[in-house]
Parts: sequence; C-alpha cells; structure tokens
Amino acid sequence: MENRVNVLFTKQIKIVNFGIQSFYNDNKKQGVPSVHVDWKPVAGGNKELESILDDIL
Amino acid sequence: MAITKEEINAANAEVLKIILSAKPTLVGMGTAGEDIPGMTPTTILHSGPPVDWEHMSGPQKGAVIGALMYEGLAKDDKEAEALAASGKITFDPCHHHFAVGPMAGIVSYHMPVFIVENKEYGNKAFCTFNEGLGKVLRFGAYQPEVIDRLKWLEKELYPIVKEALSITGEIDLKAMIAEVLQMGDDGHNRNKAGTSLLFRKLAPAIVQTHFTEEQKVKALKFIDSNDHFFLNLTMPACKCTMDATFCDVNPKTKGSTIVATMARNGYEFGIRVAGLGQKKWFTGPAEIVDGLYFPGFTAADANPDVGDSCITETTGIGGFCMGAAPAIVQFVGGTPEDALNYSRQMYEITEGEGTTYKIPALNFRGSATGIDIRKVIKTQIRPVINTGVAAKKPGVGQVGAGIVHPPMKCFEDALKDFKATYLE
Repeated sequence: MENRVNVLFTKQIKIVNFGIQSFYNDNKKQGVPSVHVDWKPVAGGNKELESILDDIL
Repeated sequence: MAITKEEINAANAEVLKIILSAKPTLVGMGTAGEDIPGMTPTTILHSGPPVDWEHMSGPQKGAVIGALMYEGLAKDDKEAEALAASGKITFDPCHHHFAVGPMAGIVSYHMPVFIVENKEYGNKAFCTFNEGLGKVLRFGAYQPEVIDRLKWLEKELYPIVKEALSITGEIDLKAMIAEVLQMGDDGHNRNKAGTSLLFRKLAPAIVQTHFTEEQKVKALKFIDSNDHFFLNLTMPACKCTMDATFCDVNPKTKGSTIVATMARNGYEFGIRVAGLGQKKWFTGPAEIVDGLYFPGFTAADANPDVGDSCITETTGIGGFCMGAAPAIVQFVGGTPEDALNYSRQMYEITEGEGTTYKIPALNFRGSATGIDIRKVIKTQIRPVINTGVAAKKPGVGQVGAGIVHPPMKCFEDALKDFKATYLE
C-alpha cells in the first residue's frame, strides 16, 4: 500500500500550526503557506487550576 | 453551600451591566486634602498595590521625595528621604482612596484633583493634573523646576480650570472617550485626540475667566503642549466605572470573577476581583515593558512596569482598543495589524463587548470588556497593556513605550482565593 504521508509531500503543503509559534515562523520563512493557531493547554497544564475551572467554568 | 456556575455567570453579567451603564462625568476640581476621603497632611498616595518605602521603585521614591518637598514637609532631598523612612508618613495606594495616578502616582495633600462622578451609581474618582513629559514628578523627578511647576499647577492652573469648569458645566467623559476612539486614540497611551477635544471644550471657558491675559495664555499653552493631558481624565473615568462593580459595594456582584482593578507600583503588579472585594490584592513581580526605547536608552534603563493607568485596560480601552489607534505602533512597536490582533485576542478573555467604546477598524465592534480570571487561566492569554516606560533612576523621565502584561501569578492566586471563598 502506498504511504499516504509520502504522497502528501509530493504536493504543495499547506500547514495549520498549533501551539509553538516558532514552527510557524520557520515554515513562513521558507514560503510554505501556513496559518498559526495560538493554542495552549488548558490552565497551562496546571492540574490544580484545571480542577478549579472544572467546578466554575 | 458552594457557588454554582450559573450564579457566577449571573454575577459576571451584572458586572458587565454596571461597566457598560456607568456614566463617568467631570463635575469639577478640588484638592486632595479637601476632597479625597482619608487624606491627611502626612498621607502620600501612590500607584499600584500596597508597598512600603523600602520596596518602592526608583521613580516612586523620587516622586515621594518631591512631594514631601512640595508640601513643605522637607527642605531638601536628604531630609525628605529621612522623613519617608521614619514611619511618620502614611503611604497608601491611590486605589484605597477612590483615586488613580499615572506612573509613580504620587498624590499629596495640597495637590489639585479632577473630580469625576459616575452619575449612574453616584461614586466619585479623583486624579491630579498631568504635568507633561520630561522632568516631572510622576517619573520621579524632584528638581526645583518640578516643584515650581507643581506650585504653578496648584496656585494658577487649578483656579483657572476650576472656574472654567463652572462655566462649561459638567463634561460627559463617556461620550468624549467614545469619540476619541474614533479619532485614533486608544485611551491610554495615545491621548492626542482626547486632549484636543477637551481643549475645544475648555478654551472658550478659560478665556472667560477673571484671570489676567498672561495667566490664561500660559494655562492654554500648557494644556495644548501636553498630549497626555486627557489621560488624567480617562483614568478617573475608568476608576469610577470599575469601583461600582465590587461586591462590597453592590452585593449583586458577589461571586463575580471579573477583574475590577489592575495597577502597578514599579515593584509589584496587583489585581483585585469584583467578587472578592476591595480589600484583597493578588500580586506578582512587575515586568519590564517590551517596546521601543527613546534614543540613548535601552531596556537596562527601564524600571519595571509602574502606574495606575492600566485601569483603562481594566475597563476595556487602552491596549484593548489598540486596533483603534494604528498610529500608536510607531510609539510602542509592531504593525497596525499587530494592534488589531491585540484587540481581537482580548475577546477571548472577557465577559462581553462595549456598547459605547468601539473600534472602527473592527467594523465598529465594541471593545473587549470585563476581564474574567477564569478565561485568563484557561486560555493562558494575559491582558495586554499599552504603556510608557519610566527610567529606573529617579528623575530621568520616560525612556520608552511598549506592551506589557500582568504576571500570571496574580490570576492564579485570585482563582485559588475564589475557590477558598466560594467553593469550600
């Protein structure tokens, strides 16, 4: 079976980048059409704060 | 019994209603000693959360020294410093006295103050005159020229503007702030339009006062030459708007997670939350402003973030309306698109949108209003503040301008306190 990832790389790639902005910046520098989604884990991954939010948000 | 999500949402909706229905109005002028509750001849008010003399930043210490000399409580800086450290002076945040002050935010007994009343809720807020740029008290300068200017503000400009305001009558600041956002101001760091509009109101009245031609010309030139003159009116306008949201003022906002105060003293950044009351500050170390520095200065010259002026962002203007002020990026760095993005991003962490304060470039969308500590923690997006940078060395003045944020610790501590108050 043909590897679909390899097929993907034969075409013009369009990237949706989540989280770390430097990945987006690098793609943009190389002229790859990209959009960046400013995403972070809920409460920055802090479990104590996340559990408070579960009760009140 | 633990509070429910529905009760929190209802309290937050109430806070938003109070913010949006506020009617901040300039009703006149007075002096700190006569009009600000709790002032004594030996009280010095400062910006930000509570701080003692030992921990005050350079500009704030310099401004205290200047104020003590201005009040005649010390004859020189050495004597003023000794008095400030002696324990005989009462230091208290402006925010504990219905007042706000830009940068060092120092207010002393004889200083003239604008009196702004929230006509919807009846509470008042106070702010001194803006002294202009360069060597000024709010940046910690206390040279003779600074003290002379403070004396002139008290002895000449104050009676002129006071009499002028008795001729103009009350000035609707909400309408004026709404208008300046349509004219390229953000309401915090760019005040050219605001100062111009105020000048248009005041000038015809000033010429009708009983003072000499020379005094009136000097007063008009001073207001005209200071682009930030209007800042000291947007700040108390926002202050009296937000003070009406505290649950110890209005029980309907009990359980609200909306931020009612953001302020910095150059040492710490502090926030207060409507549903947690006026007595609780949640603080973290003040950060260095990221921005553009004036020629000859770098970030190494900068004092950490200082001033009460971010009461504007707390109310939904300032950095939250950066998209309304594209020219400001030449002052703080970035591009007009960055300015729009800052404004757009703030909708992620707020309860609602303004009905009066609007951003033309976002199709007149109301500005993001009512910072919700839950949303800040969830998204990890911190409020954006558009601000000036004070030199850490007293008396040097402004060394730049840029963007800064409250430390996340303020919101984390507030959320934990909310849990202890309402869930346990």
